[in-house]
Amino acid sequence: MQRRSFLKGTLAGSAVAVAIGAGLLQPRQVLAAWPKSAFEAKTVQDAMSGLYGSAESTPSADITIKAPDIAENGAVVPVSISTTLSNVTSIGIIAEKNPTPMSANFEMAPNAKGYISTRIKMGKTSGVIAVVVAGGKTYSARKEVKVTIGGCGG
Amino acid sequence: MAKSTIRARARLKGGTTTIKALITHPMETGQRKDKKTGKLIPAHFIQEVTCQHKGKTIVLAQWGPAISKNPYLSYQFTGAAAGDTVSISWVDNKGNKDSTSTKIK
Repeated sequence: MQRRSFLKGTLAGSAVAVAIGAGLLQPRQVLAAWPKSAFEAKTVQDAMSGLYGSAESTPSADITIKAPDIAENGAVVPVSISTTLSNVTSIGIIAEKNPTPMSANFEMAPNAKGYISTRIKMGKTSGVIAVVVAGGKTYSARKEVKVTIGGCGG
Repeated sequence: MAKSTIRARARLKGGTTTIKALITHPMETGQRKDKKTGKLIPAHFIQEVTCQHKGKTIVLAQWGPAISKNPYLSYQFTGAAAGDTVSISWVDNKGNKDSTSTKIK
């Protein structure tokens, strides 16, 4: 019994030590890049300005948003974005009427294809906006998604 | 060894590698109330997911609390070969992290 709890304690201790060791290097570097102002913005304009420097974007038919027309469960709305634009450097997902519209941003390497798929929470029926930065220019597309049961909780 | 919170599959087809990953994480928005105490459950969500291949970051995902609980992520890239290793790691707003790697089939 004593040895078991001693081992448990050691494991926990070493796990923490490893986490701290790794943590010193990674999270600070990596989290410094997390665009706080964009993710905490309460309007689509502010979210876009926070992330792209401007709320302006060029509507593009080369961006396809695949999401359900009606989402049964707002807590899990599958959204896939694909684009045929070249030199894509980032793909962003904005849920217009969420309390904080900025849902996700994906920084893409040159050999990443213009495709991202994930699942987002939507508080209510609203447009889902895909923002693609390609060749230094900001493009966007929008799709209306109806939500029957809101997914933001509370 | 502790079980990873990340389950990932990497498949190569016609030059394109498709990664599908599922991560176990509460992704709390910070807006939900604990039904018993009435207090707000603090925000606890993954902020960054780094997807790498051969030491290069292919996709850096920056997430807010609006990504669904137990998040799903899929992306694609070119320039990899079967047998290559792909790694995925995440960091959340509390500084927790996890990572995993998988071979491309």
